[in-house]
Amino acid sequence: MKHLRSIDELGLDGLTGLLQLTDHMAEINQRPVPKVPALRGRTVASLFFEDSTRTRLSFETAAKRLSADTMTFNVSTSSVNKGESLRDTVATITDMGVDAFVVRHKSVGIPWQISQWTTASIINAGDGAHQHPTQALVDCYTIREATHAQSFAGMKIAIVGDIKHSRVARSNIQAFSLLGAKVTLVAPPTLLPPDVSHWPVTVAHKLDEVIGQTDVLYMLRLQSERMAQGHVPTLREYSEQYGLTHKRVLALKSDAIVMHPGPMNRGVEMQIDPSDVKNSLIHRQVANGVSVRMAVLFELLGSGSNLGGQA
Amino acid sequence: MSQSIVIKGATVVNRESQQVADVKIENGFVVEVAKNLKGDLQLDASGCIVSSGFVDLHAHLREPGKEEAETIETGSRAGALGGYTALVAMPNTDPPQDSVAVIDFVREQGKRAGLVDVVPSGCITLGRQGESLAPMAELSLAGVTLFTDDGNGVQDAALMRRALEYARGLGVTLAQHCEVAELTKGAVMNECSCCTDLGLPGWPAIAEELMVFRDIELVRITGASMHFLHLSTKRSVELVRAAKRDGLPITAEVTPHHLSLTQELLASYDSVYKVNPPLRSAEDIRALKDGLRDGTIDAIATDHAPHPRRDKEMSLDLAPPGMLGLETALGVVLAEGMCEIRDVVALMSWNPAKIARIGSTHGLDVAAGANANLCVFDPELTWSVDPDRLASKSTNTPYAGKTLRGRVRHTIFKGTATVIDGQAQK
Repeated sequence: MKHLRSIDELGLDGLTGLLQLTDHMAEINQRPVPKVPALRGRTVASLFFEDSTRTRLSFETAAKRLSADTMTFNVSTSSVNKGESLRDTVATITDMGVDAFVVRHKSVGIPWQISQWTTASIINAGDGAHQHPTQALVDCYTIREATHAQSFAGMKIAIVGDIKHSRVARSNIQAFSLLGAKVTLVAPPTLLPPDVSHWPVTVAHKLDEVIGQTDVLYMLRLQSERMAQGHVPTLREYSEQYGLTHKRVLALKSDAIVMHPGPMNRGVEMQIDPSDVKNSLIHRQVANGVSVRMAVLFELLGSGSNLGGQA
Repeated sequence: MSQSIVIKGATVVNRESQQVADVKIENGFVVEVAKNLKGDLQLDASGCIVSSGFVDLHAHLREPGKEEAETIETGSRAGALGGYTALVAMPNTDPPQDSVAVIDFVREQGKRAGLVDVVPSGCITLGRQGESLAPMAELSLAGVTLFTDDGNGVQDAALMRRALEYARGLGVTLAQHCEVAELTKGAVMNECSCCTDLGLPGWPAIAEELMVFRDIELVRITGASMHFLHLSTKRSVELVRAAKRDGLPITAEVTPHHLSLTQELLASYDSVYKVNPPLRSAEDIRALKDGLRDGTIDAIATDHAPHPRRDKEMSLDLAPPGMLGLETALGVVLAEGMCEIRDVVALMSWNPAKIARIGSTHGLDVAAGANANLCVFDPELTWSVDPDRLASKSTNTPYAGKTLRGRVRHTIFKGTATVIDGQAQK
């Protein structure tokens, strides 16, 4: 595997392979010294053109635990602001000797464009509303960890909220479906893409009609700007219709799981504290982020050597 | 006496006739069409078609303002190589073509290049801002007959109504870029299943069709003549078909790329496929071709839109829309094989010459006495598009590496060969 840009590109074998590899990484992370020399001498550059806390930190932590060198391209102080083109930026960093770029950009397709300009591997850490494959891997791993299920066959997963503008939703729909889950999208029509008839999903507009049959309730963040754009009249109304309230927590099946990719909008899609939900996996999602990204980096940059030893 | 030219052995395609003959040209005019003619310069054209030169209703020549992308000279050369003898220059220059000074400059630059007639269009509104009318009477006295804010549609219905009323008094035609801007904010590609997958904002068909409908109704109440630029959807074709049935003075064009390329190409993330209006569905293409065949669509126009490589290297959302067209139009149209040669000549020469009101010198039958603005093309020759070998200053062709069928062999402009055997003569 050369790049990780979308779940489609990864396929079912790639997806299950990475989930299995993540088990090894999770084991490493349990050690007193959670560090191995697997990627010593390799360099990973973070190229973040959009704000990110957890994704960037979790990639950088993952790289360091595998003993890779890291460099961070800080957009606010970089020459991008001096008019240097993206292509020149990528070429310049490539010339410094980089094995992988971790890229986040507000524009769709940037990871594919960049991969034409460099010999390094590209990991998509989010491109516009298109793909965020490592988040989907984290979510699949987290569900697998909680349910001990190797396959998601028969599992009912509801993704709730702003599907239209969500790269997390696009990657997760592909990943959950590949693993056999039945995915339902729950949103007002204004927050759905124009045509989902070819997606392996069912669509519902009322959360209350779905919530009682759901095994995994996946809540998406609603950006407040969607109100200004007329996608929803008010945040209050959205919260009432699609937010997770105490009443809705009671309607969940007893073993249902609640997830959220973060950062949460408390009082909007989450009216309750996640700790009030018995089976909230939101903290596990964050914790697993490092292990999953270690697996991705090792898969792309590792030489297949064993993961043992001390750094 | 100037040098005489004889085009040898081509099939002469005229409105009412088609015959293999030689065509003799002298002093800027066709002087004889017959067998076995001799001249100072003899151009072999066996197996080729000779027709009136092509007229493009829609070329962005970028001068003044964006000479990095194209100049009037390089655009004219690209046009000559594509078989064109006249190009209508779109007004979205910098400064825009909303003053006599700029109109005269564009026309003069065209004369200096001397490769085609450069016919400047004028802006409908000042600065193409959609707020107040450009000095259309002054511009029409300076020779402008086609007005458009192309790149933008005129959003304000009241202003568009005034523009049409004013245009009727001047006897000029307004050409609309149909796009209701509120419906296309941030749009990158057609609103479709593919844009659902990519998470890109869609450019819905309704944004075009609403303005087509509005303007048809404005034409109905004002009586002014109206040309629709680059129609791209099935419903637009239906609306224009019905309007023509009602006898309204409406004409319409479609581009080669909207006849040959579909929205799915955007899944490559290559901004060379970003264009405005966007590439649509296979169903839309079928409807556009039906419109060409039944006369609903009058012309094929290129919307030749050069952009420098560094602009097109940006991401899909940031890259400017538009693609080259002048040198590939004929090859694309013939490769699509949707109509007879005579129809192609009608769509690329006779009809657009009339719409641009240059029918006294362009789009004439190839016969003694006609201005010698001619195109000689081989309709069967296949060739592969190499962007670096195009005459345009830019390389943003979506047909790079593609095989097209039909290529221009010679172009005669005002009695002089501007292209011989596919090579520009200056």
